[in-house]
Amino acid sequence: MSFQPTETDMTEPPHTARPATAPPALAVASGTGKRTAQTQARSVSLRNLHAYYGDQHAVNGVWLEFPANQVTAIIGPSGCGKSTMVRCINRMHEEIPGARAAGTVLLDDLDVYGEDTDVVAVRRAVGMVFQKPNPFPTMSVFDNVAAGLRLIGTRGSELRDRVEHTLKAAGLWDEVHDRLHQPGIGLSGGQQQRLCIARTLAVEPEVILMDEPCSALDPVATLKIEELVAELSRRYTIVVVTHNMQQAARVAESTAFMLNGELVEHGPTERMFTNPEDSRTEEYVTGKFG
Amino acid sequence: MTSLPDIGARRRRTDRVARTMLALATGLALVPLVLILFYLVKQGLGAWSLSFFTTDPNGRFLGDPGGVRSAILGTIEIVALASAIAIPAGIGVALYLVEYGRDGRFATTVRYFVDVMTGVPSIAFGLFIYITLVLATGFGGFAGWKGSLALALLMLPIVTRSAEVALTLVPDSLREAALALGAPRWRMVARVVLPTALPGLLTGTLLAVARAAGETAPLLFTATIVKETTANLAAPMNSLPAQIFSDVGQAQDQLVGRAWGAALTLVLMILVLTTVARLISRRSRLA
Repeated sequence: MSFQPTETDMTEPPHTARPATAPPALAVASGTGKRTAQTQARSVSLRNLHAYYGDQHAVNGVWLEFPANQVTAIIGPSGCGKSTMVRCINRMHEEIPGARAAGTVLLDDLDVYGEDTDVVAVRRAVGMVFQKPNPFPTMSVFDNVAAGLRLIGTRGSELRDRVEHTLKAAGLWDEVHDRLHQPGIGLSGGQQQRLCIARTLAVEPEVILMDEPCSALDPVATLKIEELVAELSRRYTIVVVTHNMQQAARVAESTAFMLNGELVEHGPTERMFTNPEDSRTEEYVTGKFG
Repeated sequence: MTSLPDIGARRRRTDRVARTMLALATGLALVPLVLILFYLVKQGLGAWSLSFFTTDPNGRFLGDPGGVRSAILGTIEIVALASAIAIPAGIGVALYLVEYGRDGRFATTVRYFVDVMTGVPSIAFGLFIYITLVLATGFGGFAGWKGSLALALLMLPIVTRSAEVALTLVPDSLREAALALGAPRWRMVARVVLPTALPGLLTGTLLAVARAAGETAPLLFTATIVKETTANLAAPMNSLPAQIFSDVGQAQDQLVGRAWGAALTLVLMILVLTTVARLISRRSRLA
């Protein structure tokens, strides 16, 4: 079965159910298919998600839907658990010693924490872009994009095609096509971040998690990433954690506000910023705290 | 025109005195270093000749005592085998500590014993091999490979410690990036962590090799001192430090001269290794 957004007050619910022919299990990217301009991605839903660092309860019972092919922004003050929550979706949270998660995360109908679910397959379906650009320092621009593809066995001319295709999708091709074999860390900060996005896109995930992707970038580079996010949402389900409320307003169809590990409110971005239901949301978006 | 507040004469004087003291201390520390190098080159070069490098010691007490070919080749063979044992093992232990054991109880215990091993006097490793392998029945007796084992034991904690530092310096963000791409852990280590840490691993490893190449005590009663060149690691094998040890106590000027020549050779071999390590680490800083 597929998940429908449960929000009833969506201004524009653009999603239809996933076709019945959709693969029921999590298909690891085969390395052959190219996503067409408009592709139905998978939705993500969190059901009573809890996350802990040792004794510290960082995420407390979050229920949240991330509709397919939409950009959802997560806002909230520092330390409110928004990054932790997002890292539970691709199970990166558990890489931290002493950290654990409880509750359910669904990718369409697939239980991310299910006993039969392979964590590696989850991470190939759910890509992640980090706060600071982190290209592999020993690899060239080309090899950075190819890193994930090589993991799934893509070789030769197909690899070259996919790298070019992905760099174009990330809006970086024109800037780097003549220095593909120079170190990735020689690029500017904004280019490095788009390189990291390309690296994530290369393995054709369904969902892309972005953990404050622009917080280390200047306004011009930020704008480019935001344009890219809008473009990518036609093909992917995107979750953007951000400190920057203007950014949430610019890129996201819906926005979720978190405070002290709890989800305070979630709804269409415009309503969240103009007419929030919860007084804490209003205080936050109007800059009274945070 | 405004002026800045005057700095007191007393403060200027203190500064000058402190600077002079530091310069003096540096000069003092350099004196023995320069003297050693000066004597080594002066005495060592005199012993060098073509036959010094191409002949074995012949054991004659009078006349030409022969060269140090067997010692140079023996040192290279023994250290090469020791490195082949200690470097993979040491890097393996470090990988376990950094990537898997982390701060667990077992890893902490291992780390502690590695630290203890770093402080064990080198002669203790030689003794250990002597008692367990040289005095053993069946395959007892002196042999080059036993010297290699003693040196490997000595190198293991040095390689482990330096490799651990190099691996810890790899930013976690790179590990996360690789894992988030769906790389299994071993693949993340092989494709991202090891290449990123490579310059640091090489530097630490070469310094451990240099340290082992200069050790005498672990070799004296494992590989021992012989005259002839051999490629057979199962036979007793000569080495430069052991040769120097043997020659320097002799009451014959040419033998003592040979010790100087051998010492200069050894220092130059280690200098080359250390320089290579430096160049590698400098290149990594630029990257």
